[in-house]
Amino acid sequence: MLSTFFNWITDPNMQWILMGSLLLGLGSGVIGSFTFLRKQSLLGDALAHAALPGICIAFMLSGVKSIGLFMIGAIVSGVLATFGIHAITRYSRIKQDAALGIVLSVFFGVGVVMMTKIQHSGNGNQSGLDKYMFGQAASMMLSDVYLVGIVSLILVAVCTLLFKEFKLVSFDPGFARGMGIKVGLLEQLLLLMTVIAVVVGIQAVGVVLVAALLITPAVAARYWTDALGVMIVLAGLFGALSGVTGTLISGTLSNLPTGPVTVLAASSIFLVSVVFAPGRGMVSKLLRRMRQRNEVKRSYGNGLAAVEGDRAMISNRANSSERSAD
Amino acid sequence: MTTYPLEVNRLTVAYQKKPVLNSVSFQIPSGKLIGVLGPNGAGKSTLLKAVLGLIPKVEGDVSIFGRPYREQRKSVGYVPQRESVDWDFPTNALDVVMMGRYGHLGWFRRPGAKERDIAMECLGKVGMADYAGRQISQLSGGQQQRVFLARALAQSANLYFMDEPFAGVDATTEKAIIQLLHELKDQGKTVMVVHHDLSTVQEYFDHILLLNGELVAAGPTKDIFTPNHLQKTYGGRIAMLQDFAAVPAGQV
Ligand SMILES: Nc1ncnc2c1ncn2[C@@H]1O[C@H](COP(=O)(O)OP(=O)(O)OP(=O)(O)O)[C@@H](O)[C@H]1O
Ligand SMILES: [Mg+2]
Repeated sequence: MLSTFFNWITDPNMQWILMGSLLLGLGSGVIGSFTFLRKQSLLGDALAHAALPGICIAFMLSGVKSIGLFMIGAIVSGVLATFGIHAITRYSRIKQDAALGIVLSVFFGVGVVMMTKIQHSGNGNQSGLDKYMFGQAASMMLSDVYLVGIVSLILVAVCTLLFKEFKLVSFDPGFARGMGIKVGLLEQLLLLMTVIAVVVGIQAVGVVLVAALLITPAVAARYWTDALGVMIVLAGLFGALSGVTGTLISGTLSNLPTGPVTVLAASSIFLVSVVFAPGRGMVSKLLRRMRQRNEVKRSYGNGLAAVEGDRAMISNRANSSERSAD
Repeated sequence: MTTYPLEVNRLTVAYQKKPVLNSVSFQIPSGKLIGVLGPNGAGKSTLLKAVLGLIPKVEGDVSIFGRPYREQRKSVGYVPQRESVDWDFPTNALDVVMMGRYGHLGWFRRPGAKERDIAMECLGKVGMADYAGRQISQLSGGQQQRVFLARALAQSANLYFMDEPFAGVDATTEKAIIQLLHELKDQGKTVMVVHHDLSTVQEYFDHILLLNGELVAAGPTKDIFTPNHLQKTYGGRIAMLQDFAAVPAGQV
């Protein structure tokens, strides 16, 4: 196993793939921070699932496996899904969470049916589409890796440039709009960027779990800091770490699908954060509570000792009075 | 001919089909404290939001200092209802106040030392300077309200809209806020405040708007704050209304 690991690491192709996973994790973590703070985590998941039929249709129409085409297909069906969610919440009494659930399952169901059809058709075996379910980073072509890396870097660059605007729109869109900031435009942009992050992540992580790579690093990062800038940097780092770990482990250990391993890595970071993060973590909360209790007890204890002392004196006096009575 | 800080003409707003505000028209005078009163669901917040262009209007027009709102954004400040944001957002009090400067900064530019100084000064004005670095979820409700107020001050506007700035604040904070509003007024600024406590209306406001789906009445407090108008605004439900308005306005 160690030798496979070694071969893997030294293979320049694999180094590129690792680099791609790193950048993908970085981009997902950064854009995911905004998705999470805007309470759209579930939307990210719906968009990822909605991408599947888009990818299948792109393949059926073109007959070739090309990440560029798949991205277009995925974006189109992601946009359709968003419209669907809007239309349902707007024209019926159904609330957003239910609308998300409906759209997610309908699109995903259609996607799975199409995928099964493709698998059973003539060129199904070469399609490698089954990899899109749970992801297989090692199966990425070099050109795909470049695309993933560049797109992720662009996402990070846009978030850096528009940090101030995205922050205000995420915190208080009403106030931002009153101030003349183009809230609608920025919200659309954030949504589009979420779709893009999801879509570029699909080949490496898979439609089923790609949303987890978007949200989990952000949630974990929130535990460590109360400053948005720091949180975003941390989320990017956690995402990058998860991406690299996932790709490494899945590549070297009997070709496990990358998605689940990546998500497990991200979840481990999340668990560590929940337990050990200073301030918000469980250990730190427990310690604080214990310290408080001790302090309270100490002052209360001192009080008790004083009372006891008094009582001793009283009983002494009582004794002595008894004695004198004798 | 004078231009009013705010002039609203036949404004109609609807969320679904049923209009929430029906053909509302009024002007507000310059350099005054203006109270907006009405029962829950009367459309007070809706009025503010429609004027600020946060929700689309079905009909009517709004002009601010004689021009459309689009051209006047920098002269308008806004304090939303406190519940309108998630206070667990990762940011501190100073940072929130600095957001008041974003409109003056323009695209891409980051707030710097100058914005920080302005924000600190505004936090000081609302008595929150000591809390500048505090995570916003660790502020009490009244303190959060003050942070919002400081953010509006940082906008250095000429016309302010405030949605229930007194909701959930203690008597001291309320006094401090009203003091601040008077200072704004003394600088010639106009402040429009959504308010619920009828017992302080005569004390606080120069001018009031009574709202109940439509405009019941608008004008100087002493003319408009009458049992008759209140009855029309709130319906017959509150017998006490009479008592509020029965205080001879001249004495207040
Ligand atoms: N987003 C919305 N969608 C649909 N209806 C809404 C929406 N917001 C408010 N309404 C309705 O519009 C009406 C006016 O609401 P608005 O918030 O303006 O009342 P308000 O006068 O501010 O009340 P309050 O004193 O409770 O703050 C209410 O009947 C409310 O149910
Ligand atoms: Mg309201």
